[in-house]
Amino acid sequence: MAARDQHGSEAPWDQGFRVIGKENRKVDGMAKATGEAIYTDDIQLPGMLHAKMLRSPHAHARILSIDTSKAEALPGVIGVLVGAELPVRYGVIPWTPDETALAVDKVRFIGDEVAAVAALDEDTANAAIRLIEVEYEILESILDAEKALITPEPPIHEDRKRRDNISKHVELEFGDVEAQVSSADIVVEEDYSFHSTTHAAMEPHCAVAVANSDGRLTLWSSTQITHYVHRALARVLQLDPARIRVIQPCLGGGFGGKSDPFSLEFVVAQLAIKTGRPVKMLWTREEVFYAHRGRHPMKMHYRTTAKADGTITGVDAKLLIDGGAYSSFGLVTTYYSGQLLTGPYDFPNYRFDSTRVFTNRPPNGPKRGHGSVQPRFAFEVQLDEIAQRLNIDPIEIRRRNFLGAHTETVNGQRITSNGFLECLQEVEAASDWKARHGKLPHGRGIGVAGSMYISGTNYPVYPNKMPQAGVQLKIDRSGLVTVFTGGNDIGQGSNSMVAYLVAEELGIQPSHIKVIAADTDLCPVDLGAYSSRVTFMVGNAAIDAARKLRHKLVEAVAVAWDVAQKDVRFMDGTVVDLSAAARSMTHVEAFHLAEEMFDTLGSTGAYNTPTLGGDYRGGTIGSAPAYSFTAHVAEVEVDTETGRITVHKVWAAHDCGRALNPMIVRGQIEGSTYMGAAEVVLESHDLNRFGLHAGPSLLDYRIPTAVDTPELAARIIESIDPEGPFGAKEAGEGPLHSTIPAIANAVFDAVGIRLRHLPFTPAKVLAALRAKEEQA
Amino acid sequence: MRVLRLHVNGDCAEVAAPEHWTLLEVLRYKLGLTGSKQGCDKGDCGACTVLIDGVPTLACLSLAATVEGKQITTIEGLVPAHRAAGGEGVDPVQNAFDKTGALQCGFCQPGMILSAKALLAKNPNPSLKEIQESLAGNLCRCTGYTQIYEAVVLAAKGDLA
Repeated sequence: MAARDQHGSEAPWDQGFRVIGKENRKVDGMAKATGEAIYTDDIQLPGMLHAKMLRSPHAHARILSIDTSKAEALPGVIGVLVGAELPVRYGVIPWTPDETALAVDKVRFIGDEVAAVAALDEDTANAAIRLIEVEYEILESILDAEKALITPEPPIHEDRKRRDNISKHVELEFGDVEAQVSSADIVVEEDYSFHSTTHAAMEPHCAVAVANSDGRLTLWSSTQITHYVHRALARVLQLDPARIRVIQPCLGGGFGGKSDPFSLEFVVAQLAIKTGRPVKMLWTREEVFYAHRGRHPMKMHYRTTAKADGTITGVDAKLLIDGGAYSSFGLVTTYYSGQLLTGPYDFPNYRFDSTRVFTNRPPNGPKRGHGSVQPRFAFEVQLDEIAQRLNIDPIEIRRRNFLGAHTETVNGQRITSNGFLECLQEVEAASDWKARHGKLPHGRGIGVAGSMYISGTNYPVYPNKMPQAGVQLKIDRSGLVTVFTGGNDIGQGSNSMVAYLVAEELGIQPSHIKVIAADTDLCPVDLGAYSSRVTFMVGNAAIDAARKLRHKLVEAVAVAWDVAQKDVRFMDGTVVDLSAAARSMTHVEAFHLAEEMFDTLGSTGAYNTPTLGGDYRGGTIGSAPAYSFTAHVAEVEVDTETGRITVHKVWAAHDCGRALNPMIVRGQIEGSTYMGAAEVVLESHDLNRFGLHAGPSLLDYRIPTAVDTPELAARIIESIDPEGPFGAKEAGEGPLHSTIPAIANAVFDAVGIRLRHLPFTPAKVLAALRAKEEQA
Repeated sequence: MRVLRLHVNGDCAEVAAPEHWTLLEVLRYKLGLTGSKQGCDKGDCGACTVLIDGVPTLACLSLAATVEGKQITTIEGLVPAHRAAGGEGVDPVQNAFDKTGALQCGFCQPGMILSAKALLAKNPNPSLKEIQESLAGNLCRCTGYTQIYEAVVLAAKGDLA
């Protein structure tokens, strides 16, 4: 059923969209441009205390004792907290609760939280932290994933069922990959690796808590998942969740780095309860680097078999994933590392064997393109090599293996709309590929890669059959429609998206919509801003709520005018009578009529995924109601004297279903591509041999400035998904993936070296150039 | 504590603050001008950029005591100045940033907008390269900068219908 059909014959957009597809301003743009927007650290409350953390100086140690007496005695210190006071374990994935608000018996990485102090001001809190005496028994630390794989002792987590350092192991096979090896015309088998990178959102993590005398707790937090923080707070603080309110103020960037419940949220809440005063904690930039939850480093082995015409016959993958000190989303990461590779190409046979291990490094988690950016890099470089060895154009080989639309992947993922071929065609034309690939002067090259990503996932993190997203509408007699959504706007524009959808569906102006979001007391549950689920799920819930309301409005007007409901049309805030064109009223008058007829007006809407995924353990993880597709062409210059790679330009074409606001979609494509390019040549979240961060600052961790960023050419492909909100799919994560292998493949085109180990430092480039010369 | 007389957005504010406090701390936590953001507190990110006598300056690296007597402009000062000059709505640079979608999370934007204001004040028609160089001290993690360049070009053209 096409999206249009789902709306019925009276759909307001059979005369074209009035809001959707237009470059409308964002609902919060002006507030952000003027400084009016309130972020968590902008909240100042009377009598508020400032809290600070004591962190572990050891990568792995047992805590023998903590003495806080000197800190408590310091004038100005109001409250001190240690791990024993909040011993309940939590974890964003309910099956792997291995974190505590503060370390209870062990520390597992340099930077692990040990104790906290709330004081009258920051300086006093910092001074008090230095007075806390902790006695440690230093344990052997494991900083290398390969060592963790083979070393069960010492176990980083001691009380799990398994006494080793394996966090999660997944092995799945679809078809028979071994059988393909003997019959293949070509077999390419190589090792690849992806290094550690982090989100580096501009806003550091911050939380503010107030515990009222009636036993109610309010937490403002820079989180991208209000609902999971709400659940985790209730669990750890052992409070009735009905007495906890979690609010996400304006968020200064997330990219996955604010998806876990974090130590500071529990700590400020408990300190607020303990002291009876509001408490704020703002992490320093250095602390944000330790909090991390960044991209998992992976060591990857891929073997692809293909026919002489480039048809892929099998893909076999073995991955070693460095999880760092805690589980975080690791169960999902491990599945995603295999499950999300099975498009946009048809794999008749596929196997992956992924192991996530614990190490004494800052915990890894979800970063934009969670779990699938690393495998995508490896596979797309391998596919490029197959094309080169078979003498097939790299774009052509991707076309030949196209999976198709309205089909199923080898691992049972349902594919709906698929605009990948159009993406390829777009970047091929825009980059003048045919005239330039393989034909640029030595040192300059272009490369291509493709990818796909989920628009949300069937897997709701904690098992339940309730909707994944809910939206509530409230009507005011002024004509204002207030939308209540649990969706987290983290800068991607989800509040604007909801406003556009409701305005379109109701036939009113976006200026008559107000969005209240991410406040657990006010808003229906949404599972949060992760796995690129918000547009698809919250968007569909918003349309559902608005449609129910529109039916009432139309009925009230039809009765008043004594016309058929199909003749009542809401457009841009005016209601017109299609049977007698001269008659009209404002939407405000229609609201009044409807309120007279139905009493107080409002509606709710919800979205839940259909049953999706293969019938096997883990089959629902990574099963999305729709997938986005992307193709990138990158143009690079390699300085053969210095080994330096400069990425000059990246063309990115992304199939987002329908662009609800092309300006916002373009911003997502450009931002994703920029972030991916930086992971290739600039960014590296390095630790030294003791596990100490090599440069926890925005000077040392080199996110690109305006002069470092390549020219970005974003193109939107609209495949119009049958189940997306007005046909939309995700745009926030997919367009990162293929940036990275496109750059790697461009380096090959430029100077003939295959770089398989990120990041591409000048040293690696020079070594590869030297090896190539020696071979020649 | 030290009593400071600061000229912020055209007002003279008298405020007591610890001796070692930066301008950013005084603006945010004493004057309630939270539009200036703290992204790193060590001069790496540019989110705290304010104009001091018209020059983009990192408020997190400026001791509050050293800027007494100077004219400080924060993001909150742009709309009142624009209205005082007879304008309507918001400052054209703010308007342009909103119109081009340059604001995603918005955290870097107060600083970015002030850097852009300073650029346009001395160079009303900057080239792309000049825009990039002028904004290179303001990190943005969301946009890839492209829509920010579009905003500055739009503000320079003044075509903001």
